[in-house]
This record gives sequence, C-alpha cells and structure tokens, in this order.
Amino acid sequence: MSHAEVWVVAAAAVFGIGLYSLLIAAHLLRQLIAIKVMGSAIFLVLVVAAGPIDGALDGLPKALVLTGIVIAISAIAFALALLVRLAEVTGSTSLEDDADDDR
Amino acid sequence: MTAEALTGLVFLPLLAACAVAALPGRLGGGFVLAGLAPLPLCLIVLTGAVVDTGTVSLAIAGFASPLGIEWFVDPLALILLWLNTVIALVVGLYAARDYPPHSARGGRFWALWLLLTSAMNALLLSADLFNLFVTLELVTVAAIGLLVIDGKPAALRAGMRYLVLALLGSLFYLLGVALIYGQAGTLDLYQAGERLGPELLPVTALVLMTVGLLVKSAVFPLHSWLPAAHGNAPGPVSAVLSAMVVKVSIYLIWRLWLWLAADWQPDWALPMLGLLGAGAILYGSVLAFLQVRLKMMVAYSTVAQLGYLMLLFPLFGPLGFTAATYHLLSHGLAKAAMFLAVSNILAVMGTDRLDRLGGADRRLPLDTLTLALAGVSILGLPPSGGFVSKWLMLQAAWAIEGWGWLIVILAGGLLAAAYLFRPLAVLCARPATARPADDVRAPSPAGLRWGGIVALMLALAALVAGLAPAPVLTLLEGGLPPGARP
Repeated sequence: MSHAEVWVVAAAAVFGIGLYSLLIAAHLLRQLIAIKVMGSAIFLVLVVAAGPIDGALDGLPKALVLTGIVIAISAIAFALALLVRLAEVTGSTSLEDDADDDR
Repeated sequence: MTAEALTGLVFLPLLAACAVAALPGRLGGGFVLAGLAPLPLCLIVLTGAVVDTGTVSLAIAGFASPLGIEWFVDPLALILLWLNTVIALVVGLYAARDYPPHSARGGRFWALWLLLTSAMNALLLSADLFNLFVTLELVTVAAIGLLVIDGKPAALRAGMRYLVLALLGSLFYLLGVALIYGQAGTLDLYQAGERLGPELLPVTALVLMTVGLLVKSAVFPLHSWLPAAHGNAPGPVSAVLSAMVVKVSIYLIWRLWLWLAADWQPDWALPMLGLLGAGAILYGSVLAFLQVRLKMMVAYSTVAQLGYLMLLFPLFGPLGFTAATYHLLSHGLAKAAMFLAVSNILAVMGTDRLDRLGGADRRLPLDTLTLALAGVSILGLPPSGGFVSKWLMLQAAWAIEGWGWLIVILAGGLLAAAYLFRPLAVLCARPATARPADDVRAPSPAGLRWGGIVALMLALAALVAGLAPAPVLTLLEGGLPPGARP
C-alpha cells in the first residue's frame, strides 16, 4: 500500500467508528463526540488530498482543514451549550423519550 | 457599484448583527434598520447588472480563486436573494412586535436574525464548494439559535435533534467536497465540473454531498426533524425556516446536479431524486391531514411542498426549471404568511389544537383570511404564484410524457385541498366552541392587527406572483442551467 492509501484506510476506519457510535449512542454527549470523531476523519481525507501533486505541496487543503476545525469547534460549542440548556429545562440528556405534542 | 452592492448584501446585516450583540439597548432598532433596510437598494443595483449582462461575479478584495473567495450571481441566485431579503424584512416587521429590538431578549433575537440573513445571502452568492460549507454551517447555527430562543422544552428538543442531524449532514457534504477537491484540484463550483467525469469517485462525492444536503433540507425520507422544529419554533422563526432555510439546501442540490455535474450526472439518479420528491408530496400531505395541531399541519405541508422542488430532476428542462424556481418563490411567500397567521391564532387562543379552535374566525378574521389566501397559492388555484408554478410543472411533465409525475402533481394539489380546507372549516365553524385563553399573554389589539396585516401582505404577494409572473420567468429563461440551454 502506498503512503496515501494507508491514510485513506485510516480515515475510513475513524469515520466508521464515529458513525457506528452515533447510531448506537442514546446520550447526546456521546452523539456529539461521535460527530467530532467523524469530522476528524474527514480532515484526514482533506490532508491526504493535499499530498504532493507533481512534486509541489498544495497548501490550500491545509487552510481548509484549519477553517474546518474552527467551524467544528464553534458548532460543537453551540451544541454543548444547547445540550446544557436542554438538560436544565427538561432534565433529559437524550431525545429518546420525545413528545412533540406537549401543548 | 455592483461590487459595493454585493458586499453590502453580506456585510451590512453581519455588521449590524455584531453591533446589536455588542451594544444591546436603546440603539438596537437603529442597528437593525441599518442592517436590513438598505438591502433592497443593493438588490436593485444588482438586478440592473444581471439584466444587462446575465451574470455578475466578484473576487473579494481582488484575490482570485483558489486562495480568494469568488462570488457569482446568476438569475436563479438573484431571485433567491430577493426572496430572502423580502422575507427577512417583512417577517422582521412581524418579529419586531414579539421581540422589540431595544430589549435584552430582542437584542439576542435580532443579532441571530441579522446573522441568518447575512449567512443566507453569502450562501447564495458563493461559487466555492468549501465556502458554501462554511455558510451552510452559519445558516444552521443561526437558525437553530433562533428556534430555541424562547427556551421552551419542545423547541429545545426539536432544536437539538435538528442540530445533530444538520451537523451529520454537513459532514457528508464536507466529505464530498474533500473528494471533489482531491480529483479536480479546484473548489470552484463551475470549474470543478469540467475537470471531472462520470467515474466512481466524482459520482460518490456527488452522492455524499447530496445525502448531506437532503438531511439539511428535510426531503422525504430524511424529513423526520422538520415538523417538530418548524412546528415548535416562535412564529416568525417558523416562517423564515420554512420559507428560506430549508430551500437554500435544495438550491445547493440543484447547483450540484445541474451545474457542477451537468455533463456527467448519472442517469439512474434523476428519477430517484424525483421519487423522493413524489414520496414527500404524498407522505407529507397525508400526514398534514392527520395532524391535530394547526402549526404541525403547516409544518407537514412544508415537507410536502419541498417535494415539488425535487421533481425538477425528472422534469428537467427550461419549463421544469422555471416551474420549480417559481414554486420555490411562491411557496416561500405563502408559507411565511401561513406561519405568521397561525402564530397570531396561537397567541390569542393559547392553543393551536384544531378541536379547540372552532369559530375562532370571529376573534381573528384577518388571520383566517390570510390562511385562506395563502392556502390558495399552496393549493395552486388561479390566480396565484402556486398556480403558475404547478401549471408550468404540469406542462413539463406533459412534454416528456411523464404521466406518473403528472398524477403525483395533481394528487398533491388534491391532498393539499383536503388538509387546507379542514382547518378553515374548523375556524369558521358555527356555533363557536373556542374560547380565548384566560392567561392572556397575547399581544395588544394593535399588535395583533399589525401582525395580521404583515401576514396578509405576504399572502397577497403570493397571489400577485400569479398575476404578473412574466418578469421573473423572463429573467430565469436568461439563466438556465447548462443542460437546459437550447
């Protein structure tokens, strides 16, 4: 296997682990962590895409990954704040016992 | 002039959002006005440029792609920019009643409202796949912030579910972007397509991005988060969520399939996307009919109406394209009007359960009228914007002899009649059974009238869209996707 292929297989494995945890997790915190893990796998793919093309290193994907990390952190921070509020108001940290018609 | 107009569309609301967030208080109203009021002027300038030259593009601060960000406006983007601005302004007039900009609560609301307006304008202007990802995230976060702003348990739950699914959708989209970049070496939506072909990797990337966007736009069968979110949000927020927020993701799906992949879209996929739309129309309409709460009915109606936007794929052509875009426009206006009217009903009656709304039209004549007029457009009866789009869509289906699609479009209209007449019959029932809520947190009579008039304006706009569709249709015909050009 070439260098890039190892990274792609690693990214696929990490993505799979994230997706699996997201599907089985009931606690919202676990779900958010799973989403974070999947995001890391995608950044890995982006960095592999940045590999040497015609000998020269492409800098753009690295800029994208940096931007992506900032966005992921902000989005997760927002999600955590929302989760704290949800737990305060409803006393629940999962969406399993969902009742939409409580009016 | 055009460059200033383009920048203004994004930066005026963005700066105003920062100002409202940083300096809440007496100046709030001024900031909001400064952020929203000039937008129509920017759009008038931009419209002039698009009519003259067909498309407008701008490399921000002179940095060309790939490192810089390029903006691109064609007639489709222009029409959505107009819809977004009109919704932000007119629904904003309604929101100013519930969330006074000078109050602390209002300050938070308007900061998010302006951010959402700015993010959606930026999304519509972007021609760069990664920049589109950034704006999509901004739209999602601002929209969910607005949805949960009152801190009601049902809204918090709906917002949380929406957020988890939206983040998942973004990841799929981003994975597709990474694959496209690895293949094409560019992120430009219009250049990348030319460098790719119908091979495994580009098609995989296209499918991944589409799945992500289908989650975000709540297209059947990935709609499960939408009814709770749109049905439990504050009234003005429901209006903008249904009228614009889900539509921009569908707009992106159009961009991906009809522009990026215009030359190499897999043939098998177009009918499948259409089938999702047909499923949405039938399933959403039946569920709308079965709802016990008025606002949930309107939310399920959105699930159904989004289906028509997916019918563009099997009915693709000049007719199909103008029909779907016109549907997007008229549904946006009508659905916003409907949510605002329902919000007024909810505020006065204290409930939106249909069995407790009997005869509520005496108390709320204006809102009942709005509901009926907006319903005319959703149904597709003449003379309304909904009629124009459905008529064009039927013609498109007729032209390709797609009888199945024809039946779905007609059945969708019939089902819409069923679910829209039911609440109207209840509201106008005699003898009246409903009693207004005792704990009246409802707005003052003047506030109610104000909200009712704003909602009525939107419903009338949806009707006027049916009387004078020619300018918009002509504009659109000048900006057809590559595959539909003669």
